[in-house]
Amino acid sequence: MKEILQVQGLTKTFRLSARQQRLERTGEKVRRAVDNLRFSACEGEIFGLLGPNGAGKTTTLRMLSTLIRPDSGDALVDGASVVRQPEQVRSRIGFLTSELKLEECFTPDYLFDFFSDLHGVDRERREKRKEELFVRFGIDRYAQVKAASLSTGMKQKVSLVVSIVHDPDIIIFDEPTNGLDVLTAKVVTDFLQQLRDQGKTIIVSTHIFSLIEKLCDRVGVIINGRMVLCDALDRVTAGESLEDRFFEIYRETVGDGV
Amino acid sequence: MKSGILTIMKKELARFFGDKRTVAGVLLPGVMIYVLYSFMGTAMGSVFGVEEDYVPSIQAVRLPQSIAALADSAGMALTEGEEAGLPAAMDQVAGQELDLLVVFPEDFDQAVADYSVASGEPAPHVEVYYSSVSTASQSAYMAFTGLLDSYESLLANKFDVNAGEGVYDLATAEESTGALFAMLMPMLLMMFLYSGCSAVAPESIAGEKERGTIATMLVTPIRRSDIAVGKILALAVITVLSGASSALGTILSLPNLMGGAAGEMNANIYGVRDYLLLAAVILSTVLLLVTLVALLSAFAKTVKEAQTYAVPLMILVMVLGITGMFGGGASQNLAVYAIPLYNSVQCIVGIFSFSLLGQAVALTAAINGAATLLGVFVLTRMFNSEGIIFGK
Repeated sequence: MKEILQVQGLTKTFRLSARQQRLERTGEKVRRAVDNLRFSACEGEIFGLLGPNGAGKTTTLRMLSTLIRPDSGDALVDGASVVRQPEQVRSRIGFLTSELKLEECFTPDYLFDFFSDLHGVDRERREKRKEELFVRFGIDRYAQVKAASLSTGMKQKVSLVVSIVHDPDIIIFDEPTNGLDVLTAKVVTDFLQQLRDQGKTIIVSTHIFSLIEKLCDRVGVIINGRMVLCDALDRVTAGESLEDRFFEIYRETVGDGV
Repeated sequence: MKSGILTIMKKELARFFGDKRTVAGVLLPGVMIYVLYSFMGTAMGSVFGVEEDYVPSIQAVRLPQSIAALADSAGMALTEGEEAGLPAAMDQVAGQELDLLVVFPEDFDQAVADYSVASGEPAPHVEVYYSSVSTASQSAYMAFTGLLDSYESLLANKFDVNAGEGVYDLATAEESTGALFAMLMPMLLMMFLYSGCSAVAPESIAGEKERGTIATMLVTPIRRSDIAVGKILALAVITVLSGASSALGTILSLPNLMGGAAGEMNANIYGVRDYLLLAAVILSTVLLLVTLVALLSAFAKTVKEAQTYAVPLMILVMVLGITGMFGGGASQNLAVYAIPLYNSVQCIVGIFSFSLLGQAVALTAAINGAATLLGVFVLTRMFNSEGIIFGK
């Protein structure tokens, strides 16, 4: 299978404000959020980034989606560099996170058209894709309802749909089931599996073990900004549950501070 | 225009025009200004003035021939009353049935002729009774005492000033009107334009950051500069509409507000060229103001914070607007027009007072345009900064 994503030593450091230093009781002026991260993902694969809060998962995904620039290192998305060719990268990925919101004064129909225009999707393709995705997620009945009046689950579905209007080959999903009710979460995970079966590459970040076990083909364990293990899911678990295996790795890396 | 910019513009305009409350809030001030100023003008006119063809009822006791002749030439109709009827006449004034009661001393003309200031004796005394609660009575009082004052001056004066039939104020009606517009419009226009900017720009930039919607756009292939330009152009359109609404309301209602005090005052004295120049100045000013407010908003995490950051800019705009109220015409020093925003004020003064320096508008548009481009460049860089977008 073709390696469609290659992460080559991504590193990102943030400056800590005086307030952050006080809150965290640290004298550190900077924090390395992501440290020389390396991994790759292939076509038709779901790759999971597993780690505790603050491990650097979101920062990594933001660098991959070109929202922030790495201090050093690079990542190639279907051959395009996140540092040198960010616009090309953005046209090849769909990025979704619970932090990315929709303008609530617009309807799903308007938002779909707006993001299609931003991605340069032509009218004929847009209408066909809109119908297909709206029916798939049950948005069609609410297409003309302003986002402000939609339920949280429906808003999340609309967010997902507008992030993939251009049918990207790589979908990056930060905490895909965060804040979703069980029914919507099932719709989303089923859809991600369907995309994988269509040959798309999915990168998800999460701290939910069951989600990784259910969805992912390969997993990267990230702790304190460093990739401590990256392999096929069955080789990472080695017959144990993912949860047990993760804490084992965590203790080996950080010590007994769990 | 590039499709990315157009897409952002369409979305910004759709957001604005899709919210009826915001549209009303931005465009209604023009209508409100017109209604309010017109109402104020009418109200002041009815309080301080009387109908033009109103003839006051004035009764005079012991009316001398000299004053009768003067009043007649001034178009005042006086009726003669008896001394015995004085209390009844005073009651009539108090009851607003009679506008004015004037009581002259015995042989007024002779007494005035015989009187010498050097004698130290009290001068012949005329009593004028009126009612301050009646507009007509007050108006008649002002007119009649004015007549008596001029007669008194006439008796003692050794020379006259501007006593002939000629027109001594050589300024044309257009120039007088222009001077008034030039005094009021720079500050009003600058404030209207700033108000329009501050009503929409923080919402468009800081609002999107606050709601987390700007990052959603930043992960699409659209260039950051297209987002910045698209937003600024859309905001400029809305601000121009808002400013035009307020300015039109003001220009149309000023004659009503002034109650005709400035003669035949209206905005017809300006030609198409003046309005085109004004439009060019307004457009370049709006683009710069929108860019400045957008830059301040990009620093803020919330709309409220953006509005706080914009306060010093509001004060600056007010101060610059006030400078246009003084100085009797636009600056004739071309270098002044290299100062962004101040050049706008000077151009507005110049256009309204017919004292615009050649090339001033072109230089102003170029300077404000260059400052806008610089602002767009900075805004684009800010959209690239994770510290700005994610508030880290």
